[in-house]
Amino acid sequence: MKAMFIAFVGIFVIAIAADQILHRAGFAIDEVTSAPSVRLD
Amino acid sequence: MARISIRFLTLLVAAFMTLTSAASAQTVPAEGEPRAETGGAQTLEDILRRQENQKIDDSFRSEAIGNPAAAAPSTGQLGTLGGVSDAEFWRAYRYNELDELGNVKASAKGPSGDTSVTKVVIQDTGMTWLQFRRGPLKDYGGYLLLGTMAILVIFFLFRGRIRIDGEKSGKTITRFKAIERFAHWTLAGSFLLLAITALVQLFGRFFIIPLIGHEAFAPVAIGGKWIHNNVSWAFMLGLVMVTVMWVKHNIPNKLDLKWFAVGGGLFSKGVHPPAKKFNAGQKIIFWGVIFLGVSISVSGLSLLFPFELPMFAATFAHMNDLGLPKLFGMDALPTDLAPHTEMQLSQAWHAIVAFLFMALIIGHIYIGSIGMEGAFDAMGSGQVDEQWAKEHHGLWYEEVTGKPAYKDAHPAE
Repeated sequence: MKAMFIAFVGIFVIAIAADQILHRAGFAIDEVTSAPSVRLD
Repeated sequence: MARISIRFLTLLVAAFMTLTSAASAQTVPAEGEPRAETGGAQTLEDILRRQENQKIDDSFRSEAIGNPAAAAPSTGQLGTLGGVSDAEFWRAYRYNELDELGNVKASAKGPSGDTSVTKVVIQDTGMTWLQFRRGPLKDYGGYLLLGTMAILVIFFLFRGRIRIDGEKSGKTITRFKAIERFAHWTLAGSFLLLAITALVQLFGRFFIIPLIGHEAFAPVAIGGKWIHNNVSWAFMLGLVMVTVMWVKHNIPNKLDLKWFAVGGGLFSKGVHPPAKKFNAGQKIIFWGVIFLGVSISVSGLSLLFPFELPMFAATFAHMNDLGLPKLFGMDALPTDLAPHTEMQLSQAWHAIVAFLFMALIIGHIYIGSIGMEGAFDAMGSGQVDEQWAKEHHGLWYEEVTGKPAYKDAHPAE
């Protein structure tokens, strides 16, 4: 069962990493679909 | 006083003449003709038909785009600006008739270089997509999942748990290595999370919001969206891993026919068709997971990066070239799709594939857990009893151990 639990932890780690990497690479939805002329905050 | 009266009368006459000339430029239906009671505008009947998703003749709207030729000159005292009202301009914009207005042009061009940008600004395929999502997708998708579960319940009541027929040997052999189990559970765990969050997104409005309200559902939906978007990468990793590790074991061969001939032994006790590492039933699951998994991944990537990876216009063009629509008596599929339409089609396809995938996996989960004794151990600990291996994967058992799995004649021959 160890492989199963490691896989579940892996899913969690990959999800966090994907979120952070995409966000820092400029793929956040506000960066992709808006311009400086749009005030979002 | 007399001079003022004359000026007023002149103005009145000019206004009357302008109004009558403008009225004559429009096509107002005569009494008895359709929409006469509204002067050519939409009627209550039109609205009701639209609400019932019935087609209406919208020429009363699409053709009401003004008539600059009949307009009073703009240099005149009461001349209009081009003889086109705001409403007429936007109607022309919507129906892609801007060129009809001569001096009015769209300020941006669409992908095909014409004024198809109007399809982006005013694109009405969104309603079709929404109605599909709230109607057939939700209904038939739900029936598919419930129907699959119902069939499995009936099968379980009829057949019960498929037991190991012989005496357990007490000795185990390794069915799946740790890396294989890791790949399987990465794929399986991520799939379950994706499926649950997808169902919450689709059915939440109908079944969860009435129970917990909008305020409580909002964070559930936002969290579900985060999970769905980010867990998808683990799913794709697991898909690649199982494909690489298992594809050579899942090539169809003659043994599969023997397996099908006896229904895999699923319907009768003591019947064990010969099988190598994977039997024909498992091969169906494998190839189903690969094809549906690749399709759902591609459409999912298209959704993850909106408008960056459109795929339907190109796919439709290939299908048209192959003549597939004609085979089914259909017209050629559209290849000039607005960006939003691409996204709507991607989402619809993603969801259709997802329901088929879920139905397949429900069957897989059943046979891998309560449906068959010893099946879960293969992917849980990786170890299976030798007797289980002999009964369900006899040829694989012989390959791995070098010992015979069958007492009599070799069943594979």
